[in-house]
Amino acid sequence: MTNLQISGADTAWVLASSALVLLMTPALALFYGGLVRTKSTLNMMMMSFSAIGVGTIVWILWGYSLAFGPDTGGGLIGDLSHVGLAQTLDTAVGAEGHQIPTPAFVMFQMTFAIITVALLSGAIADRAKFGAWVVFIAAWITLIYAPIAHWAFASQGGNGGWIIDKLGALDFAGGTVVEINSGAAALALAIVLGRREGFKRDAMRPHNIPFILLGAGLLWFGWFGFNAGSALAAGHLASVAMINTQIATAAAAMSWIAYERIKTGKPTTLGVASGAIAGAVAITPSCGFVTPLGALVIGLGGGVASAYAVSLKYKLNYDDSLDVVGIHGVGGVVGMIGIGLLASKAANSAGGDGLFISGSPDLLFKQVIAATTVAAFSFIGTWLIATVISKTIGFRVSREREMMGLDTVEHAESAYDL
Amino acid sequence: MKFITAVVKPQRVATIKDALHEAGVSGITVTEVDGFGRQKGHTEVYRGASVTVDFVQKAKLEILAKDSDAAKIVDVIIAAANTGSIGDGKIWVTSVEEVVRVRTGERGETAI
Repeated sequence: MTNLQISGADTAWVLASSALVLLMTPALALFYGGLVRTKSTLNMMMMSFSAIGVGTIVWILWGYSLAFGPDTGGGLIGDLSHVGLAQTLDTAVGAEGHQIPTPAFVMFQMTFAIITVALLSGAIADRAKFGAWVVFIAAWITLIYAPIAHWAFASQGGNGGWIIDKLGALDFAGGTVVEINSGAAALALAIVLGRREGFKRDAMRPHNIPFILLGAGLLWFGWFGFNAGSALAAGHLASVAMINTQIATAAAAMSWIAYERIKTGKPTTLGVASGAIAGAVAITPSCGFVTPLGALVIGLGGGVASAYAVSLKYKLNYDDSLDVVGIHGVGGVVGMIGIGLLASKAANSAGGDGLFISGSPDLLFKQVIAATTVAAFSFIGTWLIATVISKTIGFRVSREREMMGLDTVEHAESAYDL
Repeated sequence: MKFITAVVKPQRVATIKDALHEAGVSGITVTEVDGFGRQKGHTEVYRGASVTVDFVQKAKLEILAKDSDAAKIVDVIIAAANTGSIGDGKIWVTSVEEVVRVRTGERGETAI
């Protein structure tokens, strides 16, 4: 070991946050597992657990290096100097006085890659071949996630990723990398795989709403690691990020059910769970840049925007089965635009001032560029990967197998013995 | 001998059971069933999407009775199952040729 000034407090917080964020993927398995019908519950949960398995291996072999290795020029992607986690075990990352061992940072970022690809599975519920999904995870983290993580997260003294180091758009915990990216990719996947048999015709009721509430609760809990952990230091900024996460998540849970109450007459438990997630999504990019009242506005707006957006798939006739686009895509956009409007240096002196604070649209303009570029790259890239998989090994199960349910045909198991 | 079948609201089963017990009925069989009658199904809303649930959950009660008791048992069920609202259910009575108590081999009304 060289003579590094490791901060124990900051390291402890990032290690704890890594565990919190990892928990979000099993939580997502519960959330998604409850949303589907009984016949494909296990397959749905398996898609999340396999994201943990494949994601971990890909990340340590080359994913981390592509995302966070030294920029190869142009701010587009890292190099291969950390393949197999080379040159990471005895180094540190972070600002002076807040340095943490690189393996802690590798672990923290790994959990982000895992949850992001797991989120996509919601768009193709009940109909994807499991083997094709495993191949997709590896390809997608490599070709889509790693570059975008480099763009927005890899700050390397002005010569790192183009969004963070050159454009100067603000994304605290992954509004672009995780949320807009997963929303755009989910749309591409839903289009390539096509609609479920019986979409819009059959009743497709969520089979276990208590699962959904348990999953949403655990996601909420894990999100504190996701957002406050992204400060990469146990201090003031992490504290602001945490309180803002709480405010926006709670506010969106309430604004979603208020919208429902007005629109359909009843506030639902599925609505309160979905609203919480939509709020946590919307505050993800903005939690480190806005004041608590800014977070309240973003949460209220995010809940209503997503509650409205989830109905669009029926009008536009694409089967994003579990609403990845409506919740993560739309929530991510709300959060990124929210920064452009509401960011305040009062919350973070290293951040910026949005349109409503400074009167200048500069930051808003940068936010829009970051959001649209990430959405376009993710959509096109994912469409290409999914199309190649479809045309070669096949991505979708046969109609007959889909009708039987993926649990028996893909895994030879049933979720329940009733 | 008569065989009485009643399809009723599940939440009335406990009340009906108590009333039958009080009326001296010594045994009933209860099954959870799904179906629809004039009540039809109902609508649920998930993330803004309406889902029509075609079948409504009901409980099916089955009772064997002596000829002389059948009418009274039907009245007891009606009284206990009636809420006055749609979906209260239906009762029907059929004739039974033979009843056997498995343990003793008794046949006919003594086996009820």
